[in-house]
This record gives sequence, structure tokens and C-alpha cells, in this order.
Amino acid sequence: MGFRVLKAGMQTTIQDLGRYGYQSQGISVSGAMDVRSFKIANMLIDNPENEAELEICLIGPTLKFTSATIIAITGGDFSPTLNGEPAPMYTAIYVEKDDVLKFASARTGSRCYVAFSSYLDVPVVMGSRSTNMKSKTGGFKGRPLREDDYIGFRIKRRYLPFFLSRHLDIHDYTETETVLRVVPGPQTEYFTKQGIETFYANEYTVTSDFDRMGCRLDGPFISTKNGSDIISDGIAFGAVQVPSHGKPIIMLSDRQTTGGYCKIATVASVDIPKLVQRKTDHRIRFKAITVEEAQKLYLEEIAELEELRKSIHVPCKEVLDCRLVAKRLTKLFA
Amino acid sequence: MQQVKILTEGDSSLLIVFGDEISPEINSRISAVVQLIRSQKIRGIIDLIPSYSALLINYNPQVILFDEIKARIESILSMDVKTEDTVKTVVEIPVLYGGDAGPDLQNIADHAGLTPEEVIEIHSSRDYLIYMLGFLPGFCYLGGLDPRIHTPRLANPRLRIREGSVGIGGNATGIYPMDSPGGWQLMGLTPVKTFDPNREVPILLQAGQYIRFIPIDQEEFDRIKALSEKGEYECVIHTEGGA
Repeated sequence: MGFRVLKAGMQTTIQDLGRYGYQSQGISVSGAMDVRSFKIANMLIDNPENEAELEICLIGPTLKFTSATIIAITGGDFSPTLNGEPAPMYTAIYVEKDDVLKFASARTGSRCYVAFSSYLDVPVVMGSRSTNMKSKTGGFKGRPLREDDYIGFRIKRRYLPFFLSRHLDIHDYTETETVLRVVPGPQTEYFTKQGIETFYANEYTVTSDFDRMGCRLDGPFISTKNGSDIISDGIAFGAVQVPSHGKPIIMLSDRQTTGGYCKIATVASVDIPKLVQRKTDHRIRFKAITVEEAQKLYLEEIAELEELRKSIHVPCKEVLDCRLVAKRLTKLFA
Repeated sequence: MQQVKILTEGDSSLLIVFGDEISPEINSRISAVVQLIRSQKIRGIIDLIPSYSALLINYNPQVILFDEIKARIESILSMDVKTEDTVKTVVEIPVLYGGDAGPDLQNIADHAGLTPEEVIEIHSSRDYLIYMLGFLPGFCYLGGLDPRIHTPRLANPRLRIREGSVGIGGNATGIYPMDSPGGWQLMGLTPVKTFDPNREVPILLQAGQYIRFIPIDQEEFDRIKALSEKGEYECVIHTEGGA
């Protein structure tokens, strides 16, 4: 009961919403980079919000199932196929034993998520199933998947009501210019007025130094008053550090718990998915908003996700229309 | 006491800055505040990251918004915490010094113009405050290394330092909680596992506690190592002070 990895892909890891509660001991949070896509994948198949999924990065894996299950694929478009036929994204899909699910490289976006209704059978380590590659813990053996790995399921395929309604609009990641809303601080006072103006007025480009730890940007030099070193302090998801080279680094899921560079701003939670789906050379601008505005956006997104959840828990419209059903049935017997 | 500042770090974290220097006083105030926050069980707080002179709080804005958590924190900060009355906890870390366990002990001694025995005596004769944990799971930033044995890092860092290695890097001393590359001068090895993800308490040490290194011989090392592997070794812990 599970799947075998025929091809591993570039960096396919098991992630949930992260390992909180241990940062004071130096243990990184890890967890899904694009939390929105992650939540929607679980939602499509009625999984608990925090259930572990596969996170696929840039080049996708090929998986062969040894038992039936239901899956949902969200995030960037890796042209997924099931037994050679295109597999719809943002849709609950039945998968049978011996089916082969194949992902190509990222056509749009850079990360995609696969949720399994049979739940991935990896141990909970310190409260989470997320892979922490640095300390080689969590996920599957604390590392990305490799060819020939076998990942088990915890339960058999279960019944999902309203199956035909379980599809949502596909997210469009084709844009190459993104505005990230940020909350200024905490170390705004370390920067010169000029440095802060530079940060907000200019375009920065995503470099190839972009992994689960962080995303380095290139662009105009951001000046500080007295260097960029601070007494090391804690780092939040999306914090924008500016080391002495004057270019921003946005700290992501596998960030170290503490760091010694001043932070000019922090990306609003709702905009982190936009950032992590970017690729090298994509362009980014920053726009300052208040913490109140960022929290309002956060609550609005939760309400929006709740609306999406409701929309997939209604009987399929086609089924409700007797004439439509009769028409289809007639065709079958014609 | 310096003016404490509460700053935003995005929509899901806030940073409390207690000062702009590294001092045991500021650090112990942070430990006291961490304990108070934990004891108040404020809904919506997800994690706390204490550091040398600041405390980062991760929270869920769906449960508590910035203004509300800020007010709660301000009321906690206004409480009169008598940090001098707090209990000092000292965790004993047994160390096998020198030999294969500490290949750079002679370097450290040569640099200091002392004998290896004197280096061990100096290193194991004081308590080190754990200011914070970070860098690696369970890695402790310790304060208080005797200036006589400050030693520059190796010019060529090792690709692999064994878990449990005890070393000196500049003015800092510490324990490698897991195999890792590193440039510290290695003086010994502890059989104690400071990080074990499969243990009920994965990380042995906490910020605000003190460490005392206890020299042991090979026989004692082997005995403790065997117990550690089975998860049956418990460090000796002293408490000093308090009511």
C-alpha cells in the first residue's frame, strides 16, 4: 500500500505545515514553501489541513502506485500525466494500483504539491512529518526521495462525497514580474534613508541561489548606517535580510532559526506563495504595508479558502439537472 | 535596564528587543520573560525564539492580532521579575579530553603557552551560560570562556567533525550536537547526546541554563556512551539559588 519512486526528480520532499515548538533549540521549521497550494491540495480530498504531502521542485518525479488512492495536484504546472494521459490539476483524481504518475519539469511556477487521501506513512518527528534535510530528520529518512524508495500509505482509499465537484480553478503562475507586499522592520533603523528608498523604489531579480533555505535577489545596493551585523536574533518566515553585500535575501522554510544580519522587512504571509513559485531572472518589487493590512489580507485569504472548501462540498451541478443526466444516459444506450 | 522595544517582524511574528549588548543580565531577563509567557499560555502563540538580547514570538493572526498580543506582552514586561532570584541550573557534561577525542588540545595548549593539563583545568573549572541555541539543532552559544585559552579557528576547516566534539573557536567554546563541517579546534568528546530526534526531549540543553564540563577517562566515557546509545544516561544537574 503506497508508491514506488521510479524517478526522484530534482528535490522531492515530504512536507507538512512545519515543525513549530523547537526553534528555541535550533531546529528549523521546514514545511511547505507555498502554504496556499499545500492547503488547497489537502482540501480537495478532505485531508486534515496539516497532512503531509509531496513538495516537488523544478524537475518532477515519476511514481508507481502499489495500491489505489485519491490524489490532488496543485501549485506550479509540471505537466503531470497519469499512465501517459494528462492528469488534471486542482482536481481530485482516482488512482489505481500500478498506475504511473509522471511529472515533467516546471512549465509554470517552480513548486507543486501532491496530496494523498491514503496519508503518507512517515513517522512524526517532533510533532511534524516535514523533512529537515540539514539535521537529516523527518520526512522520509530526513532526505529528498531517491529512485527506488518505497513510501507507504497509512490507510486504504476512502470514500469522498461530491467527487465530481472536487475541482477548482487552476492558479496562473505565468507572470514574471511580482509585487511582494512587505511589513517594514524589525531593523528599519539600521538602514539609511537612501537604503530604504532604494529597496522600495527598485526592481530586484531572483538569482539561482534560491532554495528551501532562502531566495537571494540581485539589484541596487541597499545601504546601512553602520554595517549590517546585528546581535543574532530569531528569523521569521519571509524575513528580508540584507547582509553587507547590500542585496536582499528572503528567508524561507528551511531558514536557520537565528541570524546575524539586519532585516529590512518581512514579506506578508499571503505573498510568500507568489515568491516561492518564481524562477531565476524573474523580477520582484517590494511594497510596504502595515502589519494591520497584512493581517487583514491573511484573514481574508482564510475566508477565501473556506469559500473554496464549501464550493467543492456541493452536489455536482450536472447531476442535479435531470434533463442533462437523461441526455447523457440516452447517449450511453444509443 | 534599557528600554524594551516591541517590533513587527511580518504579520505572524513580533520581536522584543531587550537591549543592544550581550550580557548575562539581559539574557536572564529574557529567560524569565519566556517562562512567564509560557506560564500564561497565551492563545495563538506558536513558538518562541530567545536569542542573546531579543525574543522572537511566532503567532497565528487568525487567533490573536498584533495589537492584542502586543498589549499582552507589554503587561508581562511590566511585571516585576526578580531575575536575581531565579534558579541557576547547571548541567554537567562529561568530556574525554585529548587524544583521538581532542586532536587539537596540544594546539590550544601551545597557543596559550600552557600544558594540556592546564588547558583542561581552565576549561572545566567554570560554568558557561547558554545564551541561545541556533545554527544546528541543539547547538549552544556559550558565554564565559577564559581569555587565556581563546584560540583562533583552524585555517583549514574539517569537512566532518564528530557529533559530541567539544572545541574552541576564537573566544567561544561549545559542543557539536551532530556531525558537521567546522573550523573549531577540538579538545575533547562528550559521550552525551545533546541532540536525539527520537528522544522524548530531543534537545538536552536550554537557553538560560549553565554547562559545566567534567573531565572523564576512557573507561567512564565508554560506560556513559553505552548508556547514551540506549537512551538511559541522564546528566547530573545541579540547581543553585532560588527560594
